[in-house]
Amino acid sequence: MPTLKTGGRFKSAVCAGEIMVVAASGDDVELTCGGVAMVEAGTDALAGGEVHPDHAVGIAMGKRYITADETLEVLCVKAGDGSLAVKGDLLLQKDTKQLPKTD
Amino acid sequence: MNVMMLLEMASGAFPDRPAFTDGERGLTYTYSELFEAARSRAGSIQAQGASRMAKLDVSNLGTPLGLFASAWAGVPYVPLNYRLTNEEIEALLKRVTPAYLVTSSDRVDAFGALDDVHAVATDSFLDAQQNQSPIDGEWGMDPEEVAVLLFTSGTTGEPKAAVLRHKHLVSYILSSVEFASAPEEDASLVCVPPYHIAGIAAIMSSVYSGRHVIQLPNFSAEAWIELARQHNVTTAFVVPTMLARIVETLEAQGATTADMPHLNSLAYGGGKMPLSVIEKAMRLFPHTDFSNAYGLTETSSTICVLGPDAHREAIASTTESGRRRLVSVGQALPGVEIEIRDDEGKVLGAGERGEIYVRGEQVSGEYEGKGSVVDAEGWFPTRDAGSMDEEGYLFLEGRADDVIVRGGENLSPGEIEDVLLTHPAVADAAVVGVPDEQWGEAVAAAVVTKSGATIDMQALKDLVKDQLRSSRVPAHMAIWDELPYNETGKLLRRVVKASFIEGL
Repeated sequence: MPTLKTGGRFKSAVCAGEIMVVAASGDDVELTCGGVAMVEAGTDALAGGEVHPDHAVGIAMGKRYITADETLEVLCVKAGDGSLAVKGDLLLQKDTKQLPKTD
Repeated sequence: MNVMMLLEMASGAFPDRPAFTDGERGLTYTYSELFEAARSRAGSIQAQGASRMAKLDVSNLGTPLGLFASAWAGVPYVPLNYRLTNEEIEALLKRVTPAYLVTSSDRVDAFGALDDVHAVATDSFLDAQQNQSPIDGEWGMDPEEVAVLLFTSGTTGEPKAAVLRHKHLVSYILSSVEFASAPEEDASLVCVPPYHIAGIAAIMSSVYSGRHVIQLPNFSAEAWIELARQHNVTTAFVVPTMLARIVETLEAQGATTADMPHLNSLAYGGGKMPLSVIEKAMRLFPHTDFSNAYGLTETSSTICVLGPDAHREAIASTTESGRRRLVSVGQALPGVEIEIRDDEGKVLGAGERGEIYVRGEQVSGEYEGKGSVVDAEGWFPTRDAGSMDEEGYLFLEGRADDVIVRGGENLSPGEIEDVLLTHPAVADAAVVGVPDEQWGEAVAAAVVTKSGATIDMQALKDLVKDQLRSSRVPAHMAIWDELPYNETGKLLRRVVKASFIEGL
């Protein structure tokens, strides 16, 4: 998997999910969705593969996901059935504070 | 990272929701229509080999379409102030060639004749039949690409073009707006100029939250009130002078409440809000949440917000310091840091006045051809003067350049104006520094009298002396019919200053 850089866009190999990297430490890490490494968004569809049952909570559009050590944060830009993980540890959904509408 | 991604998500999640309504043309784009239109107009921009897209027209469907089509085509979007003179516009256009210019039909010939300017009328840009070569492929995801070039209002000298990259604008939206958070029936009334950062921010945050935007191209209080009622508008943003006119108009109509039961949220910003206006507005809109937003072009819009709860607490407060919060611009947004520094760059404590510095991912602080003014640690000097209280509420004190240096002492015009405004006969006040042989600079004050009232100059001077100290007492005073403001409600201090200097 290519390096996760801020602004980079990746898609799941096993579901419809897509993410954009919001913040990354620059270290080489493998981000999985549904238990399988994600691929760059422009890549052609991959054959076969299924969402692993331990990685099947899903991701929701517009939600942000973060590793426990906060070194990687991504935004879900397309919903999918697979969950995100690094080294088998599921990313956590980041709570965002609702702000007053200003514009 | 690209602002097009915001529209792609909205179009994917709620394709058939109305996105923008252009009342003048009686046209509405749904989110999927706007997305597809952006694809085809990106093709039109690319086909002309343009390196920038400029827009010179009032708010209309071409405004969001221009922003997103430019982003897809990978060229900066440059909204221009259509109120400038033809000479001024020509000078700006020459700085952004080769340009694809979308403008009102009466200006196509004149500006289209310039070298490297391909001009099309707004109606042609909106006509699907005339834009049938959609762009091939996706937009770029390089966060460093430039999304918007915005000419700052340029109160002095040649206008500077602020550079806003995709990373700044997307960071701002992601940190301040929850995706799809607007209920389907939400409608936002947008009346800020399309060439102002608030106009750009309004497009992006409405799209990301899934709100329906009603565009009001030429503000009048009557039209605003009518549209707000007609479309059951739920949210709106106004500059202080607009809110003042809305309040006046409602009062002249004899209204005790605004009769806009759907209006949940009314935000304001862009200039200093007089205490009397916001107090009246809160009475006229008793069920509306008020928010005060402070931001700059260079910071991708809002960096500080005084929210609805803070408004209610302040107005109900029985202490002077509690009520003073109502004229604060609130606390920093998440991800935004603010410091107050003195002339030597030393960070000041609570309550001390200095220059406002800001840091955060949405902060650009870069100008085309001039580079970045952000320091090595990422801090941007706003040139705004202010202070922060113990809880991080920020108070603006005017521009740092407006500070009056009298006999080596730094005087804040805002502080003196605030005192003058407490006098019952004073409707408005502007304080500036004018050259003075003895002191270097002297304090000059222009005041506007409330209708029917008379002003005793000596009483005003005594008031300043009692509340502050003798060095703050205006040496020159004049009564004006009204003070000069620009269209976003910023006091044009240089005009006041020039007038005093002329009379010395």
